Amino acid sequence: MVRYENKVVISLDINGETQTLAVRPADLLLDVLREQLGLTAAKPGCLNGDCGACTVMVDGWPAKSCLMLAVEAEGRSILTVEGLGGTAAVQKAFVEANAFQCGYCTSGFLMVCHALKTQHPSMPEECVVEEWLQSNLCRCTSYREIRKAVQIIYQQNMP
Amino acid sequence: MIPFDFIYYRPDSLNEAAEVCQSLYVKGKSAVYYSGGSEVITMCRAGNIRPDAVIDIKHIPECMPLSVDGQHLNIGSVCTLNQIKESNLFPLLRLACGRIADHTNQCRITLGGNLCGSIIYREASLPLLISDAQVTLFGPEGKRTVSFQSVFQGRIQLKQGEFIVQVHIPTWALSARYAHIKKTAHEKIDYPLVSLAAIWKDGNLRIAFSGICSYPFRSGEIESVLNDRTKPCKERAGQAVDLLPEPAYSDAKDSGEYRAFVLKNTLQALLEEWENGKI
Repeated sequence: MVRYENKVVISLDINGETQTLAVRPADLLLDVLREQLGLTAAKPGCLNGDCGACTVMVDGWPAKSCLMLAVEAEGRSILTVEGLGGTAAVQKAFVEANAFQCGYCTSGFLMVCHALKTQHPSMPEECVVEEWLQSNLCRCTSYREIRKAVQIIYQQNMP
Repeated sequence: MIPFDFIYYRPDSLNEAAEVCQSLYVKGKSAVYYSGGSEVITMCRAGNIRPDAVIDIKHIPECMPLSVDGQHLNIGSVCTLNQIKESNLFPLLRLACGRIADHTNQCRITLGGNLCGSIIYREASLPLLISDAQVTLFGPEGKRTVSFQSVFQGRIQLKQGEFIVQVHIPTWALSARYAHIKKTAHEKIDYPLVSLAAIWKDGNLRIAFSGICSYPFRSGEIESVLNDRTKPCKERAGQAVDLLPEPAYSDAKDSGEYRAFVLKNTLQALLEEWENGKI
């Protein structure tokens, strides 16, 4: 049985690299990503699991990193926007569709869309896309453009 | 940020989990069982709870199954709502899970977490209340398997140190006629004004509710009224609303009067669809 108290050293698989970190058991994955690793793409928003700005991918599925303990991420594969490398299909599609205004929510939407394409390599039904995108909020209301970016990813069959 | 420390345990077996919980209890320490963790983290961050320890049960094999075995569908307590949806083994539960929170959160929230949550709606309980489901619990006194309906009185009644291992749904319910309706005030993703799950067995309607009262429930009196097909649908719906176990729930967003109005119309529409053979 694992038992962690006070500061503990753990290893996490983040963006394909093993990172060794000293964390408190109560530390949130979001805070560890941003403050210990400098991976600031995941954004603190509501911190309540509502807005999706902090979304990352965990084992291929979207997860709100404000609602996950860092110690829970042991043995899991974490992907953040930094791990997309800047030239991923989803990032190109967002640029092509101008799918952002202030950009604060963009990282979260990128990860949701990347996870969607990962889990549904072929274009899923409209209701599935809508369901996935409803997990995130854009206060600039770029929803139409974000939806267009998803279409671009599938129409151009971007990997 | 969670502004205090706790000890994190990740047991590998049912016994380890119960033993560590009991040892903390004996020492006067508070502990919470933890699976998806979304509510625990939120409440810790907001200062609503301050446990000395969290016990993460996600690595206990008995809490993980999601499969049909003979006469039952067995669902482990740490199965996420999304896993239950994707499996589509119990269509009514699939619909109920699909309307709890949003998709990303459904990938984290677990069945056990929703059933044990402090938020009053606990909508995953509704299909279990009407399908003769059983639940296996484990605690310091060992394992027990009981009728879900008998142990779920608005919220699940657990003994000190107990947690949910699995729920067991009889296979008849997996292929029965069903309906699931969730009404929200504005957004699709929101807490319910009224949420109901219905299933038909031997031609009779069974129905359970969330949102309309301060706890989820199933009522034999309401089912009797709704199954009295000698009366018009509108009359039956009105009588059912009069039989709520407590006054309709009011909060800052929606009045009890409005919730009762929505419930009446929803029930009438449900009954009419049943009468017209659309369900």
